[in-house]
Amino acid sequence: MYNDASWERRTFVALNYFLLALVALACLLPIVNVLAISLSSSAAVGSGRVNLWPVGFNLKSYEFVLGKPEFGRAFAVSLLRVAVGVPLNMLLTILVAYPLSKERKDFRFRGPYAWYFVVTILFSGGLIPWYMTIKMTGIVDTFWALILPGAVPVMNVILLLNFFKSLPDEIEEAGLMDGAGRWQSLWRIAVPLSAPAIATLTLFCIVNHWNSWFEGLILMNRPEHYPLQSYLQTVIVNRDMSLLSAADVAKWSLISDRTSRAAQVIVALLPVLLVYPFLQKYFAEGIVMGSVKG
Amino acid sequence: MKRKHGGEWPFHLMLIPGVVLVFVYSYVPMAGIVMAFKRLAPSKGMFGSPWVGWRNFEYMLHMPEISGVLWNTVFIAVMKMAAGVVVPVTFALMLNEARSRLFKRSVQTIIYFPHFLSWIILSGLLIDILSPSTGIVNELLRGLGMKEIYFLGDPGWFPYTMALSDTWKEFGYGTIVYLAALTGINPALYEAAALDGAGRLRQTLYVTLPGLLPMIILMSVLSLGNVLNAGFEQIFNLYSPQVYKTGDIIDTLVFRIGLENANYGVATAVGLFKSVVSFGLIGASYVLAYGWANYRIF
Repeated sequence: MYNDASWERRTFVALNYFLLALVALACLLPIVNVLAISLSSSAAVGSGRVNLWPVGFNLKSYEFVLGKPEFGRAFAVSLLRVAVGVPLNMLLTILVAYPLSKERKDFRFRGPYAWYFVVTILFSGGLIPWYMTIKMTGIVDTFWALILPGAVPVMNVILLLNFFKSLPDEIEEAGLMDGAGRWQSLWRIAVPLSAPAIATLTLFCIVNHWNSWFEGLILMNRPEHYPLQSYLQTVIVNRDMSLLSAADVAKWSLISDRTSRAAQVIVALLPVLLVYPFLQKYFAEGIVMGSVKG
Repeated sequence: MKRKHGGEWPFHLMLIPGVVLVFVYSYVPMAGIVMAFKRLAPSKGMFGSPWVGWRNFEYMLHMPEISGVLWNTVFIAVMKMAAGVVVPVTFALMLNEARSRLFKRSVQTIIYFPHFLSWIILSGLLIDILSPSTGIVNELLRGLGMKEIYFLGDPGWFPYTMALSDTWKEFGYGTIVYLAALTGINPALYEAAALDGAGRLRQTLYVTLPGLLPMIILMSVLSLGNVLNAGFEQIFNLYSPQVYKTGDIIDTLVFRIGLENANYGVATAVGLFKSVVSFGLIGASYVLAYGWANYRIF
């Protein structure tokens, strides 16, 4: 290779590795810092001795957080939301994407239907009409408010539609020749062949449901119905910011509060961390599929 | 032959559930923009309330904060859009120079991760690490002999804190697209360039960058629709009255007017203004993307 061993090249390579590592660390260290805080004694945190390693290691804040009934309840709501919401999202995504992936000669109304869905990406009524519509349908303060309004993820429909389109037509035509109906060819041929795309989209939906907080916050009247992220919004984020500039009076209560807030951040982050290896495997191709399809 | 597998009827059947749900939760709200021309009478609901003409829009134009809010929205959004192209491209080029596969994979794994965390978790994280009194970032600044910075409380800093933390969350995710585009560049081009005596830097400038250009243009054009999306989830969780001057954006304003002060008509009007402008921008960006890159959404 040209010039590979010159000292300029070597300095560049070393510097490049160094900068890359630095940026990666910048993504990781804030999380490590909060993890360390959650595992430290409140005294050590209060005196500012905790950086990246726990000082006065203990699990008290986790005992406190996991022992709080509100936290457990909110965690359960979130799990239920994922368990019901994700299969529904996927079912609807598949059912909508399949007919729209057909050529016009096979499905004359493909165009109007496709535009019907795409328009919702281009234009929306805005927050207030959305809120009032949901109120009108009578699902406010019920579990279904977390499920139904976002049940058809149109972006995912478009990704899957394009994937379905890329499948070879011959397989399906052979199936149709043998007397399979449209439903059978959807479930027996198109869906199994699209397993990687479906896996990617399922993971997107899981993360999406797990991370949503806004619906929970404004559509639920009682905190008992909050999913985890909405509950966390009220305890970690929505506090009086003036407390942050350290009023001495509140200092001690704030500080022991700090380890417990850190523990809640970590507990809420864990499920995402658990599915992350799978996400990591599939999502790169998923994103590429979505943004650079041919 | 067509009759045999039910013609087109199965397709209509498949679409019904999706069509109904989208009708109720997307199209009814679109019809609900009539609220922008009404004053809500709680007993009569969205469609039965009395008309007030353009009064909500007049009210909107006379709100003292409106021009500031519009400016904040565009300023924060444009910073994010610019950083959202420049940082991922730079990082993809840097990663491309690293030869160790293990290193590359590890770096990628780490930088993608923040994308999957909610703004709630990240806000909890940011509030802690950016705290002027106890946060690790300001500890570090003090250690370097600087004064602490009120990243979230100082109106001068707030917009930049938003752009920076959003970039921190999303740049890894953005990098993927460019890394994929890099693999599509023909290796023969590099060999030819090397034969002509081009060093690595020149190869990057004259082969890699032009190879990435179509993707850079496409991604920039597609991000145009976000000019009025400054990031509600992030700002709502991180702002406070002391930074409204520079941090309040259209979406947070709509939230406060509508859901906190129950002034539904005006909030709908402000939201409608945003929807209409965004619609124009997204439409234009799709037309441009189609014209330049032959990009089609479906």
